[in-house]
Amino acid sequence: MSAPTEPQSPVLTAHRAGLIGCRSCGRVWPQQETHCHRCGAELVPPDRRGLQAVWAWLIAGLIAYIPANVFPMMSTQTFAGLAGNSEATILGGVIELIHYGSWDIAIIVFVASIVVPVGKFIAIGWLAMVAGRPANVEQAHTRLKVYEVVEFIGRWSMIDVFVVAILSALVQLGFVASIKPGPAAVSFALSVAFTMLSAQSFDARLIWRGLPLRSRAATHRTE
Amino acid sequence: MSTEPSYDLATGRGLIACPSCDALHLREDMAPGETARCIRCGHVLAKPREGAFVQLIALAFTSMVLLIGAVFFPFLEVSTFGFGNASSLFDVALAFADGVLLPLVIAVLAMIIGLPIARAFLLVYTLAPLAQGRPPYRHAATAFRWSEALRPWSMAEIFVIGTAVALVKVAGLASVHLGPAFWAFCALIFVNLASRSFMCRTSIWDALEQSGQAVDDRDPSGTSSEVQHRPASLADPQAGA
Repeated sequence: MSAPTEPQSPVLTAHRAGLIGCRSCGRVWPQQETHCHRCGAELVPPDRRGLQAVWAWLIAGLIAYIPANVFPMMSTQTFAGLAGNSEATILGGVIELIHYGSWDIAIIVFVASIVVPVGKFIAIGWLAMVAGRPANVEQAHTRLKVYEVVEFIGRWSMIDVFVVAILSALVQLGFVASIKPGPAAVSFALSVAFTMLSAQSFDARLIWRGLPLRSRAATHRTE
Repeated sequence: MSTEPSYDLATGRGLIACPSCDALHLREDMAPGETARCIRCGHVLAKPREGAFVQLIALAFTSMVLLIGAVFFPFLEVSTFGFGNASSLFDVALAFADGVLLPLVIAVLAMIIGLPIARAFLLVYTLAPLAQGRPPYRHAATAFRWSEALRPWSMAEIFVIGTAVALVKVAGLASVHLGPAFWAFCALIFVNLASRSFMCRTSIWDALEQSGQAVDDRDPSGTSSEVQHRPASLADPQAGA
């Protein structure tokens, strides 16, 4: 890993050189180009305007996360409802697992469907607020680390959706027991997808835009 | 290694911008096995490996075979009080074909089966001609870009963990046996890991660019195929501009 050893001299970026870099393949083009001629991706300048998409997806994800916690994830019917007909929300499912004594699985589900989504909302919101603001090199590296963690971990929240899908497909034993997915499964899946899109539309290059132009320059520029 | 300027700050020729932090780097020849990292953020810019294209094609075919097996072989078998139910993913899809939750099932199947197969196909489409030293097929660049864009959405490994959780939840209700499709998914995780270690996007983009595809009117290609990163510097920079 390359440690932050270079801050003595500021790094020339494509943006400062009057060029534009392709985020998909890395090729560099003159600033007036709109599409990368090599891979066909759209060329987007590192600009705080791009954060609007991040906020939009993040809010969509937050909205979808509310019904995901209120409505049941799945409903279990045993002996055609005679022996019990239980509906479990996300949190209810975790508590149920603890009652079974399977702490490890309970922790996996709790982390994947509560800790990770909530942490992701906070982390993306924080990144979108500080992106492009003045920073020093250590702060930029912290932000990059947060972004990498968010991007890596986001997909893992889908575990709970898969659990519901597998259980409801598998436990169709007619009279004895059957499991049906609840409305929360759909809205939770949507919430995870929206926050993944939010993280993807965040432009990591903005993290570095706030670095001072000269290494020891105390004059932090606001733009 | 070259002393003459092999880059152009006006047109961006011979330069690479780090996709993660926008720092400019010069394109240079790399020996197989080397890894190039961004000087500022440490993002891996290129890591060419010997014979990577052939390996990637082989791994893509492997994952296609595994995925097709995973669709039709039984995934899990559950039984209690003599009621049994062995289901393949294909059965699951049929069982939900008329329910209100059809969109959810389609999304789940797309993430665990559809997208991985699509990615494997796109990768083979891109790399097969390149591995044989022939010009790429039409729209190969688009195919490869899509293959990379779909990467976060193919979730086979998450599905395996989800299965483990589901097994624990259902254990009190019925006895469960794992079917061949489950093991296919487990194998798929390792195939994906191997594929990732051979994947170097920069090498593939460079190969696409240099193998005769007209990517840039300023950049007449085909001038040299033996020098990896310097065709543009050998040609007249203003040829078509």
